[in-house]
Amino acid sequence: MSSTHVDLSKRHAETPCFSPEKLAEAQKLMSLYPEGKHKSALIRILHMAEEEFGGWLSIETMDYVAGIVNIEPIEVYEVASFYTMFNLDPVGNYVFEVCRTGPCMLVGSDNLISYIENKLDIKVGETTKDGMFTLKTAECLGACGYAPMLQCGKKYHEHLTNEKVDELIAAYRSGELPK
Amino acid sequence: MARKLLLEHDSVPGIETFEVYKKHGGYLSVEKALKKMSPQEVVEEVQKSGLRGRGGAGFPTGMKWSFLAKPEGVPRYLLCNADESEPGTFKDRYLMEKLPHLLIEGMIVSSYALGANLSYIYIRGEYMWILDILEKAIDEAYAKGYLGKNILGSGFDLDLRVAPGGGAYICGEETALIESLEGKRGNPRMKPPFPAVKGLWGCPTVVNNVETLMAVVPIINEGGDEYAKIGIGKSTGTKLISAGGNLARPGVYELEMGLSVEEFIYGDDWCRGIANGKKLKACVPGGSSVPILPAHLVTKTAAGETRLMTYESLADGGFASGSMLGSGGFIIFDEDQCIVRNTWNFARFYAHESCGQCSPCREGTGWMEKVLNRLEHGQGNLRDIELLEEINKKIEGNTICPLGDAAAWPVAAAIRHFREEFEWHVSHREESQTRNYGLLKESLVG
Repeated sequence: MSSTHVDLSKRHAETPCFSPEKLAEAQKLMSLYPEGKHKSALIRILHMAEEEFGGWLSIETMDYVAGIVNIEPIEVYEVASFYTMFNLDPVGNYVFEVCRTGPCMLVGSDNLISYIENKLDIKVGETTKDGMFTLKTAECLGACGYAPMLQCGKKYHEHLTNEKVDELIAAYRSGELPK
Repeated sequence: MARKLLLEHDSVPGIETFEVYKKHGGYLSVEKALKKMSPQEVVEEVQKSGLRGRGGAGFPTGMKWSFLAKPEGVPRYLLCNADESEPGTFKDRYLMEKLPHLLIEGMIVSSYALGANLSYIYIRGEYMWILDILEKAIDEAYAKGYLGKNILGSGFDLDLRVAPGGGAYICGEETALIESLEGKRGNPRMKPPFPAVKGLWGCPTVVNNVETLMAVVPIINEGGDEYAKIGIGKSTGTKLISAGGNLARPGVYELEMGLSVEEFIYGDDWCRGIANGKKLKACVPGGSSVPILPAHLVTKTAAGETRLMTYESLADGGFASGSMLGSGGFIIFDEDQCIVRNTWNFARFYAHESCGQCSPCREGTGWMEKVLNRLEHGQGNLRDIELLEEINKKIEGNTICPLGDAAAWPVAAAIRHFREEFEWHVSHREESQTRNYGLLKESLVG
């Protein structure tokens, strides 16, 4: 594989490998499609791989997934690079994705983003020095009536205020995952 | 006026479980359709109901179904479009979170009507927790014999699966959805061939929105003619509206088509007016892609008639003075909001979400975003406003899929109705950085 376009500083030290349970889960996902159409499971397996291997997709992870799905690595790269949910760079333990689209903006998402930037002392796109939080923005997350909001993992945090953000950050830092 | 067909039981505790759902009349339409009706009869009821696609386009569902090709020996597929991503829209999320079995029920009946034995729900990747809810409900339905082989002894087989996307607005376009479901980038396909002839894996396919498929349930239970009695003219039945922005009580509402826009915004049973006692400045009634309406055209048409929540009434006046019902993503702007900033925000959204396949959209959306960015930030000039109109015309109608049009319309409408505000951003560059134009010109609010 040519590596001229790959940032070699962003690699996994070891080749990623699913646990036997996770591997069985991936196989089961592929079986949900008719014979020969198992590539359809790719996006879901990439979500799984991202969760398992540090919240982002390295070249190694993508190559590993290509092997499992039995397709060419380029077929994985082209998908991973198209869908914005996939992180192609390392991220912190918790990724805050703040919705910035119209309806959220109308009720204060710009201020919310600035507040989190100041609070965590990072800009959008950056990760805190302790590797705990990454701040990103997202386009409409379908929570317009409960805005402003952010997503962290599977969880939507809605009706946010500065105080709620403080509580949220404290909860994630203390290891008590907010309900 | 507040008859509910889909949200009748949404507040019943445990309604997301099979037991409770069944106890409240769930799965009756499956019994009726599979045991007493032929597939063609189900299609005919849906045609009689006048049901139109609830995802945004409003195309008659029964007609869409009738286009499905049925070559011998070739499987057909029904896909549920749960890729809800049109800014302002969050109804499908609410429906699936609360009523997963209603979607499953609608999909069983619809799959039966179309002769599909394998159906998929394609859900946006950000809704991953809803995927868990759906899969749990699907497992229950299998266990109770409503999915799988020989459902209720009818001889009809159906497997139902859920597949997540990865965060791409464009995958709500049906051919992009199909590409994505095949494990590829979400690039829309050229049409024809339409999915009804060549869709998923090259087979005949129907793609319907979550709310559309759920609406099939009351249509079968009560009959297409009964359903068609609700609403006005060609806007039959009920519609889910996602109300957001500066409203006193935003949220998801089910209304009978024909409710007045004024009642919906200000009524006690509905949104209870503008938040914090402010004045209405503008409204985007059907998701970010539809034209924005200034206050004086929101509750009344240009001809002075009462504006109603129907496909026809919201479109009254065409793009000159009307808009569209679209996805029902109803966004309200109060007197303090900046139209230029919002237009820039939406343009940024479309630039971000363009798949990049067609040059007019790929280049045009990014260009509009740049021009609007400088206008909003006090760096624009009058020529920029004309430039936006020119770019608009070069995108609209010149792309494979409707994302290009969806990006062009909001910009065109904002300039059409709020040109003075755009010009003010040029004539008052510094002032525009510290305060909003607001309702300076009374002519804008009527």
